[in-house]
Amino acid sequence: MDFSFTEEQTLLRNMVQGFVRDNYDFDTRTKIVNSDTGMSKEIWQQFAELGLLAAPFPEDMGGLDGGAIDIMVIMEEMGRGLVVEPYLPTIVLCGGILSRHGSPQQQSAHLPSMVSGEAIWALAYSEPQGRFNPTDITTSAKEQGGSYVLNGQKCVVMGAPWADKLIVSARVSGGQRDKDGVALFIVDKSASGVSTQDYPTVDGGRASEITLENVEVASDALIGTANTGLSLLEEALDYGIGALCAEAVGHMKMLNDATVEYCKTRKQFGVPIGSFQVLQHRMVDMFMDYEQSVSMTYMVNMKLDESADVRRKAASAAKVQIGKAGRFIGQESVQLHGGMGMTEELSVGHYFKRLTMIDTLFGNIDYHLKRFAQN
Amino acid sequence: MDLAFSEQDLAFRDEVRAFIKEAFTEDLQREMGRSKNNYMNKDAHILWQKRLFEKGWAAPNWPTEHGGAGFTPTQKFIFSRELDTAGAPHTIPFGLVMVAPVIMAFGSDEQKKRFLPDILATNVWWCQGYSEPGSGSDLASLQMKAEDKGDHYLCNGSKIWTSMAQHADWIFCLVRTAKTEKPQQGISFLLIDMNAPGVRVEPIITLDASRNNQQEVNQVFFEDVKVPKENLVGEENKGWTYAKYLLEFERGNPYSSGLMRGLEQIKALAAEIMADGAPLSTDADFIRQATELETRIVVMEATELRIFSEVSAGQNIGPGSSSMLKTRGTELQQDISQLGVEVIGNYGFPFVEDTLASANQADIGMDGAPTIVPGYLNRRKATIYAGSNEIQHSIIAKAVLGL
Repeated sequence: MDFSFTEEQTLLRNMVQGFVRDNYDFDTRTKIVNSDTGMSKEIWQQFAELGLLAAPFPEDMGGLDGGAIDIMVIMEEMGRGLVVEPYLPTIVLCGGILSRHGSPQQQSAHLPSMVSGEAIWALAYSEPQGRFNPTDITTSAKEQGGSYVLNGQKCVVMGAPWADKLIVSARVSGGQRDKDGVALFIVDKSASGVSTQDYPTVDGGRASEITLENVEVASDALIGTANTGLSLLEEALDYGIGALCAEAVGHMKMLNDATVEYCKTRKQFGVPIGSFQVLQHRMVDMFMDYEQSVSMTYMVNMKLDESADVRRKAASAAKVQIGKAGRFIGQESVQLHGGMGMTEELSVGHYFKRLTMIDTLFGNIDYHLKRFAQN
Repeated sequence: MDLAFSEQDLAFRDEVRAFIKEAFTEDLQREMGRSKNNYMNKDAHILWQKRLFEKGWAAPNWPTEHGGAGFTPTQKFIFSRELDTAGAPHTIPFGLVMVAPVIMAFGSDEQKKRFLPDILATNVWWCQGYSEPGSGSDLASLQMKAEDKGDHYLCNGSKIWTSMAQHADWIFCLVRTAKTEKPQQGISFLLIDMNAPGVRVEPIITLDASRNNQQEVNQVFFEDVKVPKENLVGEENKGWTYAKYLLEFERGNPYSSGLMRGLEQIKALAAEIMADGAPLSTDADFIRQATELETRIVVMEATELRIFSEVSAGQNIGPGSSSMLKTRGTELQQDISQLGVEVIGNYGFPFVEDTLASANQADIGMDGAPTIVPGYLNRRKATIYAGSNEIQHSIIAKAVLGL
């Protein structure tokens, strides 16, 4: 057993932390979020130059041979800066699927432009009737000659407005919630029959509703086999949870630090409000929730490469912890900041919003309690 | 002990229902239903309040000699409940509910004549100038200065969290007129024309991100504002007493009926959302959570009825009671809105800045979806404003438990 970081991982953390601190302060972030596109291509390019977009991929695919722990370190530091650029959908979700399960041809066709920052990707897996269940798929993929024709609707696809390429889950056979018969396809967002409705999200990101109408893709767009897409998708989402937990832990740390600092300096009744025991104990609970979230974040990221059963339970347990702790820390940070915590002017509220939506993303507390019980 | 309303009360309830059905038109319903922060546009509020005024119901709390509705305590209770159940707004409180009782109790005859009729008819919009950047929970430490300059006060300072100040014609302020050992003793209650030179309103954008004149709160700056002496209410340096009197009116409406409506809306939403092939409203976890909240509302209602009946019997509602209702009521508001976030799921992500103006466009996901998460974010204010819930706990500890 070893919870320590390698020297390389510590250097990586210092590098990302320094970059975010120097290049992604709250004002910069606000400008990026409020810009027309809602992300910064320059920042994304700098991530590429720093090697962050290559970090988790094997060397023979142009990567730096890192793994889940490296992603965890990067995401935690990005979380501290509330970075909105699509590291999670592009690198963790789509890059993860391609590097683990893509054919050598798919990898050589797509990973170089992902790693260089040229191509942004999004994972189109959720559907309106599916809620949090990635198995609940009505989008169809019909084999026709040497190609597949896709029809259906994907909802709230994170980062899709910025994406060039999509990975789309679709059903080649079986009923709406059957585990078999799901396939993953690489789809050009500019392909004929793909239409999108783009919008900002409450937590400062961008997402799309995507309609697929007779979208034709060649058979080499299929990732893996036509029947095993669900296991690939579930695995990707669990890797996503590992990364998301790290991002959330970054938010929690910033909120706890800001709240303690505020309570030390804000005076009412002639004393710092941090001298009131009821507020001290609240902040101690916030601290303990944070520490336990850190533990679970390490735990899930160390178990992602184990068997599917172990991975699923770890991911769901971690997601439940992050959901509960994120809610408590977010709410109480606002409460302890009083009216100021309610304003857009302070970063506190923006961390709170992101933590609120992180509970929803990839399934909320209720969903993962059930999933934990079922596995 | 008897829980039933009398026949006259039931007849009154029917009259209220009939009025709301007619006056709270579809336009208003839509606007209220699409609000992130329970405020409509200014014109809609004025229209609604003028309809109440024409019916003689604008001011349930006023005595009839000033044009009050002349409701019995039971009728006031029923009226408030029926508004909540229908989702209709209460009147904007700053004029009708807050400053007017103070003017009635402590103002001059001249002030009563000058201000009360326009408040009653919603010809003017008032706002409240209490909190300051350095004075929130510790309100008595307020610093806004009003210097005696003979025929007027010269006012300098700023007020914060001023709800709807962007619409206001007048503001009632607590100002410092003397430096005294006990800070409460040097405070006066002043009425200030928002159009006076030197008054400036800056919007504060809150987490629900309502902007473009729809923001809920503001900071109001006063720079060498001359306020005629005739705008002082009561005596100089007695403002704290009047403010405490006003606080009795700030907390008074029952929570349970509004809470119940909020929960019903979430249940309706859950019936529209599918989870694993069935409506979410049939999911055992959802049913348990909704039922847990519903029983808490029932408990709230029983407590409110018990306290209300003590009030009707002429007993004064103690500080412990109103603090308890505020604490438990706002906790429930937040927990209900939190269930909304859980129910809406992925469709909580899409952000719509101006939900009022987009009423005729199709919402992404489902109708009304863009108010759910902003509504939750907005409700976080409820445990902060009007004396944070921590302050309410301290009040109960001191006033009831004697700690």
